[in-house]
Amino acid sequence: MEGRLTRRAVVHGLALIILVVLPPLADAAGEPFLTTVASRILIYAIAAVSLDVILGYGGMVSFGHAAFFGIGAYTVGILMHHAFDGTVIPFLPWDWTGSVSAFVQFPLAILVSGLFALVIGALSLRTQGVYFIMITLAFAQMLYYFMISLPTYGGEDGLNLWERSSLPPLDLYDEWQFYYLTLVLLLLFLALMQRLVNSRFGMVIRGCKQNEARMKALGFATYRYKLAAFTIAGMGAGLAGALAANHTEFVGPDMMHWTRSGEIMIMVILGGMGTLYGPVLGAATLLLMEEVLQQITEHWMVVLGPFLVFVVLFARRGVYGWLVGKATDDD
Amino acid sequence: MTRTPEVPLLEVVDLSKSYGAVVASDNLSFAVRPGEIHALIGPNGAGKTTAIGQISGEIRPSAGRVRFQGRDITRLPTHKRAQLGLKRSYQITSLFPEFTAEDNVALAVQAQQGHSFRFWTRARRDAALRAPATQVLERIGLADKAKLKVTELAHGEQRQLELAMALASEPSLLLLDEPMAGMGQSESRAMMDLLRPLKGQIGILLVEHDMDVVFALADRVSVLVKGALLMTGTPQQVRDDPEVRRAYLGDED
Ligand SMILES: Nc1ncnc2c1ncn2[C@@H]1O[C@H](COP(=O)(O)OP(=O)(O)O)[C@@H](O)[C@H]1O
Ligand SMILES: [Mg+2]
Repeated sequence: MEGRLTRRAVVHGLALIILVVLPPLADAAGEPFLTTVASRILIYAIAAVSLDVILGYGGMVSFGHAAFFGIGAYTVGILMHHAFDGTVIPFLPWDWTGSVSAFVQFPLAILVSGLFALVIGALSLRTQGVYFIMITLAFAQMLYYFMISLPTYGGEDGLNLWERSSLPPLDLYDEWQFYYLTLVLLLLFLALMQRLVNSRFGMVIRGCKQNEARMKALGFATYRYKLAAFTIAGMGAGLAGALAANHTEFVGPDMMHWTRSGEIMIMVILGGMGTLYGPVLGAATLLLMEEVLQQITEHWMVVLGPFLVFVVLFARRGVYGWLVGKATDDD
Repeated sequence: MTRTPEVPLLEVVDLSKSYGAVVASDNLSFAVRPGEIHALIGPNGAGKTTAIGQISGEIRPSAGRVRFQGRDITRLPTHKRAQLGLKRSYQITSLFPEFTAEDNVALAVQAQQGHSFRFWTRARRDAALRAPATQVLERIGLADKAKLKVTELAHGEQRQLELAMALASEPSLLLLDEPMAGMGQSESRAMMDLLRPLKGQIGILLVEHDMDVVFALADRVSVLVKGALLMTGTPQQVRDDPEVRRAYLGDED
């Protein structure tokens, strides 16, 4: 750590440099859309990192993480929709016509997805193993079908947003500014989660992953800690969703579909479970493979499948482990 | 301790547990007094581990009561019992394999320091956790292995760590399930030297196979056979009891 030039420091440094200079490079190369692609990767990276906190560190195999991503996105979408129409949000007990301000939308997106995570987690975490996987999946699918059946917000077709969130002095329509905002939020989120997984709280959820029975025997109320972690992860995914809504200027039920949850999980596994930074690489790997393979064959999943199996079998710590070796982010 | 011996530290009353046709605990009643080392012996399958599990809260008894410091804890979940000072070690080593020896003990220390909803300070650099953990590791003779992962420790060392965690968690009653299982002679002796000074300090319910250990350490002994209590008495009384000899000590050698 202390300023030594470890392999890990080199990888992190290089990754950071690439991320910082990417927009000008893309422009110079005459491919400005690469910045947009990269923004998408960073957004999913936030979602994947949040899943890694509970999956890689907490051992909670949540197969419904996209639900919180979608709730974050819908929160922005619904606020935007009513602000644009000037209509009152129907399900609130008071009259409010939404907001276009990111200062309102983003914190609310985080809060609402956190609340959903708290409720879904409270019920799901009473189960273990396969049941937990199934019940988180079921909750996410319930929300997916709920949004499909809600015509107010576009049902199956989703909502087209008329504008991006206003975040003065930034202009989110500017792809560069959007990219750098996303990058800063990702780095902030990573820094916070790095503190979290190494804190007392982090040691507790890591202990729960390895041996929950022993944690209880030591006197830890494991359920509470796991629920808190689950809620925090949901909030992270909500932030990613809020950004995604802006990125695509669209929110739709597909954002919560189980295949989306699967994708986020694949990012974590590809990048390296329990490595925190790995899922960023996982998001990049998966989304880039998707971009490239999609152009070659429509059956790109056929290529991706074996690749994933290969990673799981031969690189337990994923692409990240393969790049940095044994080094960990443990303090 | 000003507590009178009449108020037991732990009291097990008519504890019963069946697994299908197997009766693992059969109307089991015994008590551990404050400060005593109480040995629980019996042949393999007698129900010793099941009894420990019901006292720690990990196994739900079919019937009967468990009282700790005069309080009925039969329905209390494991972590709440642990918070009251009722701690256990496992016959089958039960550690945190991805953590170092020091991490394991530090986690036991952390459990004693109130809630862990602390998200910012680095636990591994927290002297309030590490100093007591290091102390326990030194006491148990594992100080030089502190930075090794559990998976890098020898079996005997893992057994020592198992006890270190129980000790670090400041128990008032310690349930030790065959702490010396699979240990060498010198390791066992070292562990006996660790347990002996605890006598009079905390209560210990000690499941142990080695009769020399039991007779050297225990104040009282309870003998289990097929889930039922055969007798409770001093080591001398137990050794001299013809029924115990027939049921248990006889087939020792
Ligand atoms: N989870 C279980 N399911 C079925 N039978 C069990 C279970 N746990 C223990 N038993 C049975 O209960 C009896 C007592 O087991 P145990 O408490 O482990 O004995 P001891 O620790 O004295 O060797 C044994 O016959 C064992 O096979
Ligand atoms: Mg046993």
